[in-house]
Amino acid sequence: MGEIERTLGGDGGRLPVHHIGEELLLDYAAGATSEAMSLLIASHLALCPMCRQQLAELELVGGAMLDALPDDECDEASLDAVLARLDRDDVTPVQPTAPVAADPAVDGILLPEPLRSYVGSDLNKLGWKRRIRGLDECVLPVGGARVSLMRIHQGASMPKHTHAGNELTLVLTGGFTDARGSYLRGDVAVTDQHVDHQPTADLDEDCLCLAVVDAPLRLTGRMTRFLNPFLRI
Amino acid sequence: MAFNGMMSIDTSTAQPGGREALDRALVAIGAERDRAAFALVFRHFAPRLRAFMIRGGCDRGDAEEIVQDVMVTVWRRAETFDPRQASASTWIFTIARNRRIDRLRRERRPELDPNDPALVPDAPRSADQSLALSQDTRRLESAIATLPQEQRDILERAYYDEKPHSVIAEETGLPLGTVKSRLRLALGRLRKEVRDHG
Ligand SMILES: [Zn+2]
Repeated sequence: MGEIERTLGGDGGRLPVHHIGEELLLDYAAGATSEAMSLLIASHLALCPMCRQQLAELELVGGAMLDALPDDECDEASLDAVLARLDRDDVTPVQPTAPVAADPAVDGILLPEPLRSYVGSDLNKLGWKRRIRGLDECVLPVGGARVSLMRIHQGASMPKHTHAGNELTLVLTGGFTDARGSYLRGDVAVTDQHVDHQPTADLDEDCLCLAVVDAPLRLTGRMTRFLNPFLRI
Repeated sequence: MAFNGMMSIDTSTAQPGGREALDRALVAIGAERDRAAFALVFRHFAPRLRAFMIRGGCDRGDAEEIVQDVMVTVWRRAETFDPRQASASTWIFTIARNRRIDRLRRERRPELDPNDPALVPDAPRSADQSLALSQDTRRLESAIATLPQEQRDILERAYYDEKPHSVIAEETGLPLGTVKSRLRLALGRLRKEVRDHG
């Protein structure tokens, strides 16, 4: 039962132990992350109350920063122009949205928003490609970085590699382990050029991850041909 | 004014003065389409939003256009404003930030959906562990004003100029580690002002 709860999230959802990091969360709060990074960060936020709390604090700071800007005289002509727009344009009020009633999980996998809106609920409908033994990848068309879903087959080990830039990996189902620890649903592995890692998927099920890479990788072991995020020549 | 007495604001954090008036005005816009309340919000925020856009690299014409867009969005979305969740400043900051991304970068801004069935809910906490945020931004503002200049400068580059910390390091010539440690010091100081001092 623990397995199902872990996979589905919701009330039985585990709390992540590997997080986004305060600096990157500040970048996101300030609006300075690419669409690709924002997609991964916001999907982690759905699974992580702690980072949501931290984001709320950072947005509160943003509000205070806005309020601290010079309190110049208001331009009354500008106010009149906006009031006229409220009369003239289609400025229908936005109602608070209602919760989704149906459970959009497919095959027991429930992707968090906003990722689910990008890929849909049914992962089988995506164009998966076998990259190397034990690794399937589906590249998503998102601006700002290379973004892909990665499926590491249960028990498979990825080749050892480092990164020229940053790779963020968000675990969606299953888990993997590298020298730094174990990563399960909701956990984010942040890998930069100082980390030489070799993730191995847990034995009990395939590990599905969202990976975002903002620069090419560098291989450190014997390798033939690869593609990022995990692998690229 | 036409907009009093209909909302339920948590009085434990209410303070006399302008901030609660702005929160109440937003509630009144949402509930009653109150134009006097809208004018109050506009007069407070429009000059600040204009400064925010110009600081972020807009020329005056673009800034004026984006400010007007933000204020129309405030009018349209006021019904979704919840003063228990955010202050007027915080709420309008997030609208302005997203509008700037949309208009200047032509990019989407993926955000979480609070109604997502996949959302992992907050862990229940005991009362003494409460992490409820004080939405009184005045303490926060005076804390920002008293930060060392080198820390405030980095916050301004992040929030006003919309620069990621890696770019701030490049532009200032500071080592990335220095930028990160200044950010952590600044945010650690500010966090004291927003957590459980009610
Ligand atoms: Zn987190």
